[in-house]
Amino acid sequence: MRVARRALAGLFAAPALAQAAPVVVVVGGGFGGASCARALRRNGLAVTLVEPHATYTACPFSNTVIAGLRPMERQRFGYGALRDQGIGVAHQAATGVDATARRVTLADGSVLPYDRLVLSPGIALRFDALAGYDEAAAEVMPHAWHAGAQTELLRARLEAMEDGGTVVLTVPANPYRCPPGPYERASLVAHYLRTRKPRSKLLVLDAKDAFSKQRLFEAAWAALYPGLLEYVPLSGGGRVTGVNLAAREVVTEFGNHAGDVVNVIPPQRAGDIARIAGTADRSGWCPVDPASFESRLVPNVHVIGDACIAGAMPKSAFAANAQARVCADAITRLLRGAPVPEPRLLNTCYSLVGPGYGISVAGVYRAVEGVLADSPGAGGISPLDAPPAFREAEALYAEDWFATITADAFG
Amino acid sequence: MAPRLALSLLLQAMPAFAGEAPPGASSCLGCHSPARADGAIPSLRGRDPAEVAALLRAYRDGTAPATVMDRLARGFSEAESRAIAAWVVR
Repeated sequence: MRVARRALAGLFAAPALAQAAPVVVVVGGGFGGASCARALRRNGLAVTLVEPHATYTACPFSNTVIAGLRPMERQRFGYGALRDQGIGVAHQAATGVDATARRVTLADGSVLPYDRLVLSPGIALRFDALAGYDEAAAEVMPHAWHAGAQTELLRARLEAMEDGGTVVLTVPANPYRCPPGPYERASLVAHYLRTRKPRSKLLVLDAKDAFSKQRLFEAAWAALYPGLLEYVPLSGGGRVTGVNLAAREVVTEFGNHAGDVVNVIPPQRAGDIARIAGTADRSGWCPVDPASFESRLVPNVHVIGDACIAGAMPKSAFAANAQARVCADAITRLLRGAPVPEPRLLNTCYSLVGPGYGISVAGVYRAVEGVLADSPGAGGISPLDAPPAFREAEALYAEDWFATITADAFG
Repeated sequence: MAPRLALSLLLQAMPAFAGEAPPGASSCLGCHSPARADGAIPSLRGRDPAEVAALLRAYRDGTAPATVMDRLARGFSEAESRAIAAWVVR
């Protein structure tokens, strides 16, 4: 078997084999993986990041791209700063994990040995969940839930729609990436329609009855987009079971809804390598120890970010970055034979309901019986009665958070 | 058994490497960048740890105006807040 020495950046020539400094391999170069690789390297460990794409396209703020409020270029990030930091970066897909031999196999057949492995593969969209909604259908009815070409496709569809058209947006049941994201998208699409195509309608079909920051979103919709945005919850027949591509319809148990633009956000699971590595359970997501983020199913393999089951912590970029830091410190301790302390993590998620109108949800998490739970008395959503200056400040902080989190992950 | 327990508690409290964050502290850097000084959200690098701890106390008590810091500060005790403040200003 060929060992990919080049990917180990020369500095750390196959140390796992040579009994030298321990090696950590990180699979996935998003907010979780890139942040974790950098934190591990800062702790003095030899790190290789495995990520097939040379450019990362960020999901947070991609809804503003869809609404025409932000250029796509501001969503794109590279890995140069990671290389400069001494992290080996292999632009390959990870195709296999041998947890007994502690080796990762890459698409080109090369093999990376590890002492500890971090999987941060994000989500995979379940193209088997909604009848008729497969990868080909996503070219007609974009999901735009992986940022990139799909984001631009949905943007183009909205731009091409005539005034007076109907946009249909479908939302899955929990859990999925970015719990408030579909409602931010609904808000910003409504903003685009109100300002550019005011005779149009937006129909939001939801597979659940309650959602993140619900009262804040609903108050904003009533104030900003009355008569334009119609929200249909599960109890109103909002659960979509399939699509009819030819008729541009989505299918529910109570009838079909046609749209000139149809945005289907399908159910999701952990990214493929999580399942290949044996870290995903029957839910499709990965149970982990809340202090170290080590897999409950596969030793020496850690899972962070959207792919892991983090209890009360949402699947957000902020959470992935926070988990990355805690996981990196835990791995550093484990490799030194030190105990891992009780975890405490934060999350803050901002959503824009319109330009200059931001809302947030925050949480503080601790381990309770092996699961991350909300700290009593902490966290919660922005006040319902906040003045406009408060909403403006939160919109500004959202932008600032994005600048900080992307600088931390990608330099 | 008592000495062994004491030793294990000591090990628990001891950082395994330089600069290790106390519980909860590393998450702060998700918004408070130590590298960016021009942000709307202030960097905490170089601030007086006693001042940061006092702010956390005021957010926790609801006596300082806040958007999100009141919701976060309520998740930590005075001792935890002081440990976070001492680390986050590095």
